Amino acid sequence: MTKAGLVRANLTRNKKRTALTIASVVIAFFLYGLLRSIITTLDATAEVGSEARLVTSNASGITFVLPESYANRLAGFEGVRSVTWQNWFGGYYQDPQDFFAQMAVKADTWLPMYPEVEITAGSADEFLRERTAAIVGVGLLEKYGWQVGQTVTLKGTIFAGDWEFVIRAAYTPTNPSFGDENMFFHYEYLYERSQGRISPGWFILQLDQPDRAADIAAAIDAQFRNSTAPTKTETERAFNAGFVTMWGNIGFLVRAIGTAVFFAILFVAANTMMMAVRERMGEVAVLKTVGFSDATLAGMVIVESVLITVVGGAIGLFLAKGALAGQTPLQSFFPGLGVTAGTIGLGMLLALVLGVVTGAIPAWQSARLSVAGALRRIG
Amino acid sequence: MKIPIIYNIRSLRQRPAATLTTALGMALVVAVFVAMNALANGFRSALSSTGADENVLVLRKGANQEMYSGISRQTASIIAGYPFVAQGPDGLPLVSAETFVVIPLERATGGMANVVARGVGLNALDVRRNIEVVEGRAFRTGTREVVVGAAFVKRFDNSAIGDSIRFGGQSWQIVGHFTAGGSSFESEIWGENEQFMPVFRGEVFQTVTFRMRDPSAFDGVKASLEEDARLFVDAFREREYYENQSTLLATILSFLAVFIAGIMAVGAVFGAINTMYAAVATRAPEIGVLLTLGFRPMSVLGSFLVESVFIAALGGAIGCLMALPINGLVTSTTNWATFSEIAFAFRVTPALLLNGMIFAVVMGIVGGLLPARRAAKQQVVEALREA
Repeated sequence: MTKAGLVRANLTRNKKRTALTIASVVIAFFLYGLLRSIITTLDATAEVGSEARLVTSNASGITFVLPESYANRLAGFEGVRSVTWQNWFGGYYQDPQDFFAQMAVKADTWLPMYPEVEITAGSADEFLRERTAAIVGVGLLEKYGWQVGQTVTLKGTIFAGDWEFVIRAAYTPTNPSFGDENMFFHYEYLYERSQGRISPGWFILQLDQPDRAADIAAAIDAQFRNSTAPTKTETERAFNAGFVTMWGNIGFLVRAIGTAVFFAILFVAANTMMMAVRERMGEVAVLKTVGFSDATLAGMVIVESVLITVVGGAIGLFLAKGALAGQTPLQSFFPGLGVTAGTIGLGMLLALVLGVVTGAIPAWQSARLSVAGALRRIG
Repeated sequence: MKIPIIYNIRSLRQRPAATLTTALGMALVVAVFVAMNALANGFRSALSSTGADENVLVLRKGANQEMYSGISRQTASIIAGYPFVAQGPDGLPLVSAETFVVIPLERATGGMANVVARGVGLNALDVRRNIEVVEGRAFRTGTREVVVGAAFVKRFDNSAIGDSIRFGGQSWQIVGHFTAGGSSFESEIWGENEQFMPVFRGEVFQTVTFRMRDPSAFDGVKASLEEDARLFVDAFREREYYENQSTLLATILSFLAVFIAGIMAVGAVFGAINTMYAAVATRAPEIGVLLTLGFRPMSVLGSFLVESVFIAALGGAIGCLMALPINGLVTSTTNWATFSEIAFAFRVTPALLLNGMIFAVVMGIVGGLLPARRAAKQQVVEALREA
């Protein structure tokens, strides 16, 4: 009988036990896949946004506006190729608790600045031509069953009343972390209906030379420091990363839970291996008598243990990937939520380590076994 | 006749390693369950203890957040003039017209937070009953003085009395710390509304909060305010409004708690099943003896079930003990519904600990059932033959 045959025989000796242990490992890695995906998504969201674009917002916070006259002055800075602006609309469609982002944008300068927004349905020109037109992400089309050409009515919260928009285009983000559930419409529409009583929320600047970003940002803030609306300028990436930090300790919490899950399953798997090996002490003694070395026997235990954790890990991660593949309610908060290749790679590595660790003590016990003592217990 | 429990206890002590590892696995599941629910509890209770049933919060119609609302001076004074507004000891109406802004500040632990800065009326501490200035004093009218909540003090640097915070292009001096019954107000900075207005949003308030003379008459109050043609407002019970703000995040947290703990429980149960199967297998001779002595199979089943529950209960107790220290730990996050920072404490309640234990016992029962059945079904002769 070969060593591989022995390993297989040991694993199938008590099929129920092996199955149950693999099942626990599957569950652990399923959870691991889910939790780690939240962390990778948050990290990826912090990377969205270009280093070649700057965001200039009111230094008192983004809930305050800036004068429209800043646009020309910002365009005049050396290294700034174009300027656009955005406002947070903050409305909702039918259900006030159902969240997705809507922004009023200066469309003629905004759209060219964002190659991430790839128009995959409808037409950009039609959007640009019509005042009440909107571009929506394909995720929203799916979520609400909207179609290009449809008129939708949103309820405003900051800007009271009912707001009608005509969907003239839909986009697919080239970077999934940008999110496919955003809606963009014309700043002019907002301006008109507010009777000119609004101003840009924040400006976005496209730079010629990204490596001069820090200098340009400092120069801008210096110029506006003593005006009525001092500015805070940073790269778009830093701006987005700031939002991620608002989650606070959630990252730490998720990691802590992940660790707890691991140790729980570690105990379960280790327990099983120990039980399995203790049962076989007699046979191990016989094998030693026949001539198998201590190291070989220990190695077989480790191999068994690793097989269980790796198989369980692979199944668990596969299930996690499947669970996050479709549309989930978490998508609005974690755009692009999914199991990455990195998560799977790290997961399999962890499965390997877990297998070795849980097999270690029983393997050592096998190796150390005194043949005479063990044989005495048989029969 | 029932098998004495001492048999189970002695058996557990015979296999300390297996017992302990299974119990520890369950302990972790219970600990995670308790910890996550404590998080959800803390968040929910911070927001539901904010506000009182006897107070009414008025926002501009359609604005579902304080930040989005705008109420003119005229509207505020019309509201203050209504007869259903209670009067303070000085005979003036108990009304606080407030400005509400969020300002970005860096937490002591790192990362940005949008902190609520609320410009309140001078009698805000009377309108809201559970506010108490525990250190220093309240701000004086006409000055750039502010008081900060106790939770804010814990989470941000430069928050001692005498320190200054810079926002809105001005320096504001902290003259007092206040508590607010653990509610979300404790994460806020409070100053005078008249001081905040010119710096921030101009001549508008965001909200008007007042005490009702007759708290049971809320429906009539709401109707009067919303139908008044001079105003353009929505009225809410203050507590209900803040409770609703917590719905989104609290629901997510609760769902996560149940989901994660549930999945972990399944894993732990598999572990328990394994352990109990092994126990039944090794003790087949003992079971044979018990059956020979005249104990009924049901008693054997019961006995093994009890053993499984013991292990689970042990795990549950350890898990509860593990989770207990986080009680009172303050953490904070951004409540995305209001886009503002809220600090809250983990809340481990006796009810939650009890739920944790019940959870553990259920795991024990589920895990022990099949093995116990196997034990009860043993054929006496074959079991004895293995002895």
